[in-house]
Amino acid sequence: MAEATAGEHPVIDPSSFDLVVSGTGLVESLVAAAASASGKSVLHLDSNPYYGVHYSSLSPQSLSSFLQQNAPAAADDDDGPRQPAPKSSVGVAVDLQPRRLYSHVEIAGEVPEPSRGFLLDLSGPRVLYCADPMVDVMLRSGASHHIEFKSVDGSMIYWDGKLQMVPDSREAIFKDKSLSLTEKTQMTRFLKLVREHITSEGGEGEEASKISGPYLEMPFVKFLEKQRLPPKIKLIVLYAIAMADYDQDNPESCNKLMDTKEGLESLSLYSSSIGRFPNAVGALIYPIYGQGELPQAFCRLAAVKGALYVLRMPASSLLFDKEDKAYKGVRLATGQDINCHRILMDSSSVVPPPFPSPDPLESTIEASHASKVARLVCITRSSLHPQLSNILIILPPRSLFPAQETSIRALQLGSGLAVCPPDFFVVYCSTKCDDAIRGKEHLLAAMNALFELPGGKNEQDEHSGDLYINENTSKSKPVLLWSASYVQELTEGCSLSSSPMPDGNLDYGSLLKSTEKLFHSLYPQEEFFTASRPSEEEGDGITEG
Amino acid sequence: MHGRPRKTAKAEDLVASAAKAEKLRQLQSQLLRNHNDRIYNKEALEICSKLLEVNPEVYTAWNYRKLAVQSNLESCGDHEVVQSIVNQELKIAEIALRRNPKCYGAWQHRKWILNLGSDKADFDQEFRLLDQLLKADSRNFHGWNHRRFVVALKNVKEEEELNFTTEKINTNFSNYSAWHNRSVILSHLMKQNAPGFDPREKVLTEELEFIHQALFTDPDDQSGWFYHLWLLDQIIARDSPFLISSWPAHGTELILSSNTSVKDFQHFESTEYAQDIRALPIVLYFNQAVKGVNSTTVTVESIFTENVDLIWKPLSASNSVEAHCWVTYLNISERDCNSLEPYSIKVSFGNTQGLVSSDGCPLSYACQCEFSLKISPHSPGSCSKESNVNMVHWDNENFSRSEFLQIRPFLMSYQRQKIIANSELLISEWCSETLSREIMLFRKLISEINCKIAKLTLGRLLIARNFILSRGIQLTKNRTHFEETLQLYDDLIRLDPSHIGYYKDQRSLVLMDQVTSDEESLRKHCWLPKELSLTSAGQSVCLRLNKLSLTRIGFVERLLWVNVLDLSHNELQSVEGLEAMQLLSHLNLSHNKLSSMTALEPLRPMISLQALDISYNEIGAHSIDTKRYQCASSPLSHPAGTCGDVQGFEDFDPEEVKLYWDAILIFKHLHLTQLDVVGNPILNEPFSSLMIRLVPSLQWLDGRPAQQS
Repeated sequence: MAEATAGEHPVIDPSSFDLVVSGTGLVESLVAAAASASGKSVLHLDSNPYYGVHYSSLSPQSLSSFLQQNAPAAADDDDGPRQPAPKSSVGVAVDLQPRRLYSHVEIAGEVPEPSRGFLLDLSGPRVLYCADPMVDVMLRSGASHHIEFKSVDGSMIYWDGKLQMVPDSREAIFKDKSLSLTEKTQMTRFLKLVREHITSEGGEGEEASKISGPYLEMPFVKFLEKQRLPPKIKLIVLYAIAMADYDQDNPESCNKLMDTKEGLESLSLYSSSIGRFPNAVGALIYPIYGQGELPQAFCRLAAVKGALYVLRMPASSLLFDKEDKAYKGVRLATGQDINCHRILMDSSSVVPPPFPSPDPLESTIEASHASKVARLVCITRSSLHPQLSNILIILPPRSLFPAQETSIRALQLGSGLAVCPPDFFVVYCSTKCDDAIRGKEHLLAAMNALFELPGGKNEQDEHSGDLYINENTSKSKPVLLWSASYVQELTEGCSLSSSPMPDGNLDYGSLLKSTEKLFHSLYPQEEFFTASRPSEEEGDGITEG
Repeated sequence: MHGRPRKTAKAEDLVASAAKAEKLRQLQSQLLRNHNDRIYNKEALEICSKLLEVNPEVYTAWNYRKLAVQSNLESCGDHEVVQSIVNQELKIAEIALRRNPKCYGAWQHRKWILNLGSDKADFDQEFRLLDQLLKADSRNFHGWNHRRFVVALKNVKEEEELNFTTEKINTNFSNYSAWHNRSVILSHLMKQNAPGFDPREKVLTEELEFIHQALFTDPDDQSGWFYHLWLLDQIIARDSPFLISSWPAHGTELILSSNTSVKDFQHFESTEYAQDIRALPIVLYFNQAVKGVNSTTVTVESIFTENVDLIWKPLSASNSVEAHCWVTYLNISERDCNSLEPYSIKVSFGNTQGLVSSDGCPLSYACQCEFSLKISPHSPGSCSKESNVNMVHWDNENFSRSEFLQIRPFLMSYQRQKIIANSELLISEWCSETLSREIMLFRKLISEINCKIAKLTLGRLLIARNFILSRGIQLTKNRTHFEETLQLYDDLIRLDPSHIGYYKDQRSLVLMDQVTSDEESLRKHCWLPKELSLTSAGQSVCLRLNKLSLTRIGFVERLLWVNVLDLSHNELQSVEGLEAMQLLSHLNLSHNKLSSMTALEPLRPMISLQALDISYNEIGAHSIDTKRYQCASSPLSHPAGTCGDVQGFEDFDPEEVKLYWDAILIFKHLHLTQLDVVGNPILNEPFSSLMIRLVPSLQWLDGRPAQQS
């Protein structure tokens, strides 16, 4: 693939493409790969010298500078007079405005050496379920050849000031030491009920075991109560398996309640993930070398199919064709105009709506409840679990303080995933929020609960010290060495020529859904990765955990 | 391995398999030729290896290899060559096992070669292979077998193997092999009192804790329940046998008389089957089957036993040398009958060795029973054989209930025994506490989930606890929950009809336990006979256990004193256990489901039996006693045929013997005066006439005077 250096200003030849994509984020890379796979000529640009944009994995220094670059500067000269765009041969040039995705960026601590050994995700924590549709797309498209995964060793839930393993499978329930015997029975009975429902939905099991319609519409939390599940199990199912974001017991957040259908779908995804790949121990996997590998894998795929790649090449404006009433070209930072039939811009820039028509896609993309997601990246020297290094941690609503409205998810990764030097750990936390300050409060509380803050900055915390329940070794909390916290905007939906930004979810499910929709609106006739490969190749690239 | 659907073969598969068959045939014929010519060179072995690679199931090929190895080892003593032979053979077996991990021949070969070259084999490699194999299929019992073999060969510490089972169970607890291996290792370690495995109470408590995790996580998985059952058995393990009941009981006073009146509440009536010699049975009932009961292990001191070697007989349906219950008969001669002084009889045992449980455990304590016997002068002629006996009627109107009925004395024979036993033997508090804890847990589980095996286990636990407590002094206290247990078995009968026979048997035992558990409940079943014929024979109380849906009999040790027993209108298919009731003179088994004469086998040693009612059963309806075969060790080893009874047949017509041999075997020993057979398919004219000839003492047959021809 062709990479241009900033100074050379190469002229791109040819100057006409079926599709021009700007930004090598996951969504854009997927579209580029799918389009090239369908035989379209694609030009894929990125203003950065690396792939991934908001989905990239960066060194701590690059992460900091990326965040600051994309945060609203104090003296943004937005209000300055715009240069009238020079006339283009294609149409009217419309200038692109940068979108500042990040705010409230706070970097603390010193990056331990070797700092180059860290690869930090910008949109963490994010993992894949083994039965994730994303995994299917990778297998179907062949992107799985460019990427390797390892399994997340387990999940833990924070409750009563303690971290305890999440009993998410029959074996985990058997081994769990914190559940009472009766709770174990209730938990497996519930999981069995769900499994029977799933198989009956798949048309295999008996119709009788299917959970019927009226139940599917009720709030999931009510359904769990109907199953006589005790509070603790309810908590585990809601937040650590179904990954609910908001306090489901809080009537005020009733518009954010998960319904039973949604809950069962999450459980179904979770349970079908367990045991899908023989080498994966649990339901979740994570790419070696970080999340940034994912968009890269699809870029490689696109390049193999003939897409042209140019990094360090920002697009400065879009060219509007008055006759077609659509964008038909891009003006590059070098001044070169590229003609194309379709355009896709990543969420770093605001694409002015093509006047006069309203955006047909706006309504079809699922509206996210929250407007923001607060993220935190941490570096520590010891693990949150005495034996395991790659773990997902759930801090459910009200577990940290009574007013905690959202679930906070944390993902700790060790050097086995090649995202940090040996004996270091990287921890990502995130929580959805409407208010940046509230979001950061939530993250601070989580940080307090999980780590020893440098210089004894921990708030008064009665539970400090022994964090583990029923684990053999009781050691003190890991010391926080470095952290970066920031709040990311969640733009609602995307337009025809602008892709959605990273969402606040743990997995890629809804991003993939949006991407597919986007692709189909760009190319209604084309299939989103034709299933050329049989499913036999499952398990490719999943290395021993 | 497990649950893989079979695929139908496609056309190209068929072609491939035909080619494979052709290749196989060639290799096979070459192998057979080599085998025949005893060619054991490299090329010949190569052919054999190829064959086994394609089809590891050719036993001849494995055999041929063994011969080849033997011959090649003989011809060379070079260390390196031996090593290479061992390696080569292990390799071949490994290839075969990779192809089919359940190939018997390959496993056998591997074992054979390891045995042969145990100093040459690489055991680490062996364990690595086993780990791989058990990872691929953790339930491959061949793998577990081989592991045990290698572990024994290499002398691996059992503790390590125990940890291995823990590891396997943690990956997937639905693993019969792992649980089984665990039980084998643990029982060995506990027996040795290995460090860390003593006391066994601690080990068993921890194991219970462990298995609960599996049972409560998935109550529908059966493998854990088997382990739990094994643990339960370990908890109530009875190492040493002890006496639980006897007749006569310790401290009782017997009055022996043939007179009609009841002299004392502690009584025994000897009746007319013996004329000048009365045989007083002494019955010892142990908590488990014992052997070695004889005149050297059990001493009976009395004037009747001077210079007499008493013969102890096991009372068991299977007629083996082991039995729960043993009997001897004390001969009381005419000359003793006129003294008014009570004679003291002392039975003691446990001081000498020899009386042991079936697995060789000696008695837990020495025991002594003392009772006295008073012989009242009898009126002359009352015990003559010719005296006519009235017919006994079992109808309800012939019995009356009495509130004031004194049955305490009978019960005492049972209760007193307890008290003696208990003074020596304390029930383990840990045991009863553990059982109580288990009971509480499983009650909770059942309230959560409807699970058959949990119900069955709870039923077993309740029974086990009753069993444990009944050893103790509190005969009635704490011995409740009968209703709960019965309800559990009723549920099971409804839920799981395919095992109805087992559930009904268990239910019957619980019911028998309940009925005989204390005086009050037993009193409800005790009736006074109105009929003169019964009272005149001295039988004051009739125990009526009719209409209870019993399918089997249990807790006979509490009923050794019973003379008259009504078991009619039940569902009895077997009367095993009754043989211990040596005082039984009147027995009603009518309206049951006895299906053959052989089912009456337990009645053979009942020398006091006079009146027997087996009417309205199914005797003769089935040509084969199917029920019996379920219990006997082999259908071919009929116990009746083995004890020298066969000579007795010459008095009978061969045709009769062919038809009624089983009836002859049973009835010729009984001294019945009354027999009711009506309502059985077997009854016909020849049968009646046979019975009259077979039982000379018979006076009533099916309600009519028996006419001796």
